[in-house]
Amino acid sequence: MTKQLAFSVDIAKCTGCKACQIACKDKNNLPIGVRWRRVFQYEGGEWIKQDGQMIPGNVYAYTVSAACMHCENPICMDVCPAAAISKRADGIVLIDQDKCIGCRYCSWACPYGAPQFNEDLGVMTKCNMCVDLVDKGERPACVESCPYRAMDFGPLDELRQKHGIFAAPAPLPDSNLTRPSVVYRPNRVTKSSGDTSGKLKNLEEL
Amino acid sequence: MTENNFLTKTLTDTVLTRRSFLKWSAAVGGSAALAGGLNFGLKTVENAVAAGEEQVSTIGCYHNCGGRCILGAVVKDGTVVRLVPDPTPAKDEDLRTNPRAIPCLRGRSKIHHTYAPERLKYPLKRVGKRGEGKFERISWDEALDTIASEMKRIKEKYSNEAFYFMYASGENWKGPDGRDPMRRLMRLFGGYTDYYGSYSAAAYGAALPFITAGSGNSAEDVLNSKLIVLFGDNAVVNNAGGDNAGYWYMKAKENGTKFIVVDPILTDTAMALEAEWVPIIPGTDVALIAAMSHVMVKEDLYDKEFMATHATGFDEDTLPEGAPRNSSWMAYIMGHGPDKVEKTPAWAAAITGIPADRIASLAREIASVKPCALFQAWGWQRRAYGEQPVRALPILAAMSGNFGISGGGPGIRPSGMAFKMSGMPVPNNPVPAVISVFTWPDFITRGKEMTSGARDKIKGVDKLSSSMKFMWNQAGNTVINQHSDINLTTKILEDDTLLEFLVTFEVMMTPTAKFADILLPGTTGFEADNIITGEGHGIKGNHAWALFNHKIIEPMYECKEALWIAEQLADRLGLGDEFREGHMSREDWMQDMVKSAQESYPDFPSLEEFKKVGIYKVSSNKSTIAFADFRADPVANPLRTPTGKIEIYSPSLAAYNEPEEIPAIPKYIPEWEGLSDPLHDKYPLMMETTHFVARSHSTFDNVDYLREAHHQSIWINTLDAKKRGIKNGDMVKVYNDRGEVHLPAFVTHRIRPSVTNMYQGAWYMLNANGVDTRGCGNMLTKYHPTPLAKGNPQHTNLVQVEKL
Repeated sequence: MTKQLAFSVDIAKCTGCKACQIACKDKNNLPIGVRWRRVFQYEGGEWIKQDGQMIPGNVYAYTVSAACMHCENPICMDVCPAAAISKRADGIVLIDQDKCIGCRYCSWACPYGAPQFNEDLGVMTKCNMCVDLVDKGERPACVESCPYRAMDFGPLDELRQKHGIFAAPAPLPDSNLTRPSVVYRPNRVTKSSGDTSGKLKNLEEL
Repeated sequence: MTENNFLTKTLTDTVLTRRSFLKWSAAVGGSAALAGGLNFGLKTVENAVAAGEEQVSTIGCYHNCGGRCILGAVVKDGTVVRLVPDPTPAKDEDLRTNPRAIPCLRGRSKIHHTYAPERLKYPLKRVGKRGEGKFERISWDEALDTIASEMKRIKEKYSNEAFYFMYASGENWKGPDGRDPMRRLMRLFGGYTDYYGSYSAAAYGAALPFITAGSGNSAEDVLNSKLIVLFGDNAVVNNAGGDNAGYWYMKAKENGTKFIVVDPILTDTAMALEAEWVPIIPGTDVALIAAMSHVMVKEDLYDKEFMATHATGFDEDTLPEGAPRNSSWMAYIMGHGPDKVEKTPAWAAAITGIPADRIASLAREIASVKPCALFQAWGWQRRAYGEQPVRALPILAAMSGNFGISGGGPGIRPSGMAFKMSGMPVPNNPVPAVISVFTWPDFITRGKEMTSGARDKIKGVDKLSSSMKFMWNQAGNTVINQHSDINLTTKILEDDTLLEFLVTFEVMMTPTAKFADILLPGTTGFEADNIITGEGHGIKGNHAWALFNHKIIEPMYECKEALWIAEQLADRLGLGDEFREGHMSREDWMQDMVKSAQESYPDFPSLEEFKKVGIYKVSSNKSTIAFADFRADPVANPLRTPTGKIEIYSPSLAAYNEPEEIPAIPKYIPEWEGLSDPLHDKYPLMMETTHFVARSHSTFDNVDYLREAHHQSIWINTLDAKKRGIKNGDMVKVYNDRGEVHLPAFVTHRIRPSVTNMYQGAWYMLNANGVDTRGCGNMLTKYHPTPLAKGNPQHTNLVQVEKL
């Protein structure tokens, strides 16, 4: 069996610019409102008074780039009534647009909100890991796009060896839900899923 | 310097073979439907690539972040299907000397920029009131004939001094397009009143010659720094490309360098660098620097010998002849100067909002960690007294022993290698008059009153003989959108008896374009062959390149290139032969450019070969250490300042005899519309207008992908928002006496209380009540030139914010 393919993101190298999101949209020609890759902005802390001056107390912020996690347990696949979702031998989870009936069950089931409805096409769509490029031996557009080289791509076990096993930075969900094929390298202030010290700041942009 | 020049074969051999079939000049091909439902019925350049095959052509991002990043355009079946980052093979990339110029999100959105619905399609003439945006389609002949006849009329009635070539930065080709063709023509026509300075760095440019002159260590030298302190400098946003200043900072962090960021905002740069954040009250940086100097003196933490031998006016002993007693930096910080105030950390704490202990610990850290690089960016100098901090920070760099060493630096901007290639020759301007770039509205309203005196500081002549009657505005949105106080500028421009003729040559229907008398539609980078050189703003480190930007589609609609327009006007003005000087095509100009590059780089390819390979890169494996020779021997290797030393006390500035606003030593000067301005009671929030990640100035504001990715908003601290009942995402009203803007609030801990920030560059959009509903900060900024540079203080503003 081919090894499960995966993304990794180094949060310590992410500036939140969203070059990855735009590269994804450019490559996959996505309409406005459909963002296969998104960047979550998370922030916490408070302002406190010290020596008569206002100073930041543990104010922190970081950004998390996320797309479809091509999960080990793709719940989207389980709930699809049209059997339109499949997982390839290399682990890439794909939606067959000819079979999709656009019911959106997958979107509701996915804890990452990865499947998104494309109104122009009338079907669900999501990150396909740039499967056409991957089949040619190239890397997904988002991975190549990062000016700060924060992203990596390859077999999940290799990425884990290189970058660690962390897969659930806040505000992303618990990785036990679907066992995502992803590795995040945390920076010094990255919190784990379930953290309540901070807030998601850019819901409108997601 | 050991230069490691090499020719980068950017494309694989198979692609090269396919590309050799291409005939770039011919225009046939079917209609190029942009997938996703957009079909402009465009013709693409003929290509002989088999159906379904992809070919990659290099193109560049030629706007004004300074990056000039490299892209490959993937063309398939006659359509640009997607973009790829710098196609230089990974094996030719050296992450420590010559990284690939991977574009940021802005460059990645270029397909949607090119095909934006706001593209201008045909030449237009104004039919309504100026600025109303009512136009009628005309032919190119009518447009060009009208411009030529107005040029002749205005020259005859007023003289060449009445012409102005407006500052703009939307396109930055080396050539043959860009600004040079029209500059060349207008100078052949007798010239025009020129400008000095820029909207980016007016105060920096004016003040730097009187402290260090020159430029800093090359950017990649940050890999040798142990500590880096950034004063402002949101490099990962402003210099975002994969080989630019932001990249080097991130690389330094990976290298283990500690970062401290002094900024009212926890910027994306401060966030990504995991920096210690020192949030300062805007406009008070010199108070902080003075107090840190004070700590270094009191605790004997500075290099006394260096300051005695390398600086002018650090203390009373090194004051130049003729300087009054107690006018040195030492006298200023120790309270012996005219103000008799000792610049202690406690004094500075009350001004800067930074606790005194923090100021002292920061001073100790800068003085003790070696090497330490102090960098200033340009945000802090786009303020009421922007000249002052520019001259202050190098003092700390000098005192702390970092001036002229690797990993340290002189406390100014980093530097980089310039690519040696000449563009189209532009003759000397026969008109000697030069105004400050920011003061063109005065040139329109009171040109004949403008003099070289304190108020206007025009150069080249003592006074102007005419006001501005003709403006050529090319690839620029500065006429309205990017200049301060839009409501004031609107009034000035609406009166067409003042400025009689305004030509705008643009690619988009920008707010500025709406004010044109004649509006000419230009081509974008996809639509013409051009050459770009990749040194950007010169802060990218010791690597550079030349890039062949390929024409990948035929010009859209009736859009034309800058070179063609200049040629057509030259013919109508009887200057065709002088303009062309034997250059009958774009190729001819590019041949000259290539020849000039070959003089510096013997292995630079022929034009034909350059087109094929697309990119020629050059790099050095050695960093430039600014002023190292001066450090070693200040007498033999003086700085290019008037005194040859680190000019803390400047006799040249003293000679202005404006000591309150142009002091001989850098000083903290409380700002108008700062927290001590009585206006603060009415408008209690400071407002900055910093650069936005989703735009290069105002370029890209109309791009749907970027608007979707990053929302325009005003940043406001959680405490200020709470007082006003504002929640994250709420629509708010931001206003002062100059105007009103409605936009969403971004409620965050990442900005100091009492400070707000509205990203610059949004295209203002007025509702029926004259309120901007897009979020353009220049509805609220003040037209108030800085004292020395006469530059733009667009970060110094007081406003009020209310929930809508």
